[in-house]
Amino acid sequence: MVRSKSLGSKIFDVFNTILMTVLALSCIYPLWYAFCLSISSKSAANSGMVTFYPVGFSMASYQQIMGDAQFFRSFLISTGRTVLGTAFTILVLVIFAYPLSKPASEYRPRNVIMWIVIFCMLFNGGTIPWYITMVKYHMINSMVGLILCGGVPVFNLILLVNFYRSLPRELIEAARVDGAGEWRTLFRIVVPCAVPVLATLVLFTSVGYWNEFFQGLVLSSGERYYPLQTYIKQMVVNVQTTNLSMDQIETMDKLSNKSLDAAKVFISMLPMLVVYPFLQRYFVNGIMLGAVKE
Amino acid sequence: MKRQGVSFTIAKKRNTRTVLSYHAMILVGMVWLILFNIVPMFGIVMAFQDYNPVLGFTGSKFTGLENFRYLFSMSDSRRVIVNTVIIAVSKLVLNILVPLAFALLLNEVRQLKFKRVVQTMVYLPHFLSWVILASVLLEIFGYKGVFNTVLSLFGAEPKIWFSEESYFRQMIIFSDVWKEFGYNAVIFLAALTGISQDMYEAASIDGCSRWKAVWYITLPGIASTIVVVAILGLGNVLNAGFDQVFNLYSPLVYSTGDILDTWVYRIGLLNVQFSLATAAGLFKSAISFVLIVISYIVAYKAADYKIF
Repeated sequence: MVRSKSLGSKIFDVFNTILMTVLALSCIYPLWYAFCLSISSKSAANSGMVTFYPVGFSMASYQQIMGDAQFFRSFLISTGRTVLGTAFTILVLVIFAYPLSKPASEYRPRNVIMWIVIFCMLFNGGTIPWYITMVKYHMINSMVGLILCGGVPVFNLILLVNFYRSLPRELIEAARVDGAGEWRTLFRIVVPCAVPVLATLVLFTSVGYWNEFFQGLVLSSGERYYPLQTYIKQMVVNVQTTNLSMDQIETMDKLSNKSLDAAKVFISMLPMLVVYPFLQRYFVNGIMLGAVKE
Repeated sequence: MKRQGVSFTIAKKRNTRTVLSYHAMILVGMVWLILFNIVPMFGIVMAFQDYNPVLGFTGSKFTGLENFRYLFSMSDSRRVIVNTVIIAVSKLVLNILVPLAFALLLNEVRQLKFKRVVQTMVYLPHFLSWVILASVLLEIFGYKGVFNTVLSLFGAEPKIWFSEESYFRQMIIFSDVWKEFGYNAVIFLAALTGISQDMYEAASIDGCSRWKAVWYITLPGIASTIVVVAILGLGNVLNAGFDQVFNLYSPLVYSTGDILDTWVYRIGLLNVQFSLATAAGLFKSAISFVLIVISYIVAYKAADYKIF
């Protein structure tokens, strides 16, 4: 950028720094706010006294969660879904993308399959046909259902195909000359080259599974089977009326426990915070992959 | 002559084996794709039937375009389409302009460490789910929330902001832009790093001001990126964001906040009007499909952008 020492330029720098700071703080505020609520006392949380710092420190919410069997069940369902789902998805993508990265001269059905895949990325049958199909497959209340029901993540598949295609041909030719079969070439040569891309895909896929709530909602017959996000969705009740009398507001406050709710929300954010540093390292090149030019 | 023949057979054998392993590699992915991406598409026939779950696809009566005729005669559907387009188009425009402005301003920051810290923080909301963010936003903008507390300093009346018809759309658009601006800026920030520093130095020597440098060097430098992002957004004209609206709305704000996807969910899965909901869903999918194809073709012609 152009460096300038004029007064106007300096004033701009000051305002710019302030603006950037405010924007950045606003982005971590929800996290901080949930944390503050969760370690504040129930009465302080319910009466709206918690704003930018905890009021009336109390760990009661976390103690209460310890005894909440449903919360743990949902947490386990989400963890299982994320770990197994990510492992399965990545394995399938790694293998599926390989033949698709070959030119049609080496693998004739390649173009036809590629067009089918692209069609699946651009078009879908909508929620209702999808739901009816899942019911017919008996995917209700099942871990397999939670993992498979979203279908092949086609966009990620195409990212990977594009990456495989960008690898130098000599690399694969050399393996072939040395007598390696296609499976061995894929896992010994191609996969090690694709580690940064795969890291991106692993992170995006696991974030996707962890954050998913709608499939968990419609493919479960009861709370017992909810993944964590669905559980939290059901927990937060949106206020259904605008004209509340003071009495009604007081009653609602007595019935709800905002500190406890916030503790659950905060715990469900934690895994995201743990992977966030890794995520940050890789997702930038993940986005750039979406815009490969050949 | 003979040797050539032998090597030819070996090569051929080898080739068959290669193709066989390719078939095997395609298999699992293809089964998943067919069962979970393609088979559900056939459920679209429901849109042209009076679908009855007991009779199934084969037994239900075909009614042609009756569902669509009924759909467009409903006052609900018009309202929902209007809401969807208003919300989606506002998001499309602002989700380019705000991240662009942010990227340009961040680019003017000189301290690299500060820049990196800001970047780390603004990406965060993108990775949090709407379920989580909605639960926090409903608190912050609730009756006793922080927002009302701050406003009360200026003497404003407290409101439940996500339950007000006249504010709901703005709240949805604003919160989405806030959640995504950092992430959407990544592509612009990457494009900015591609502009040669020599240009700025030369401009500086010629006495160019900072403002002019942005206008004549920075913006032209990332113009093609802006164009691609804008064109590719076209496919989202009917995509107002189901996850977000579903987690933030309530019956109070149906008049301004109900969108196609949430409406399809309610008439289809809650009222069990499968055929009508499928018709509405198909209306959305079909239009989006056409728009995405057009946008890809335009992006390819205009900016040489290819996704595969």
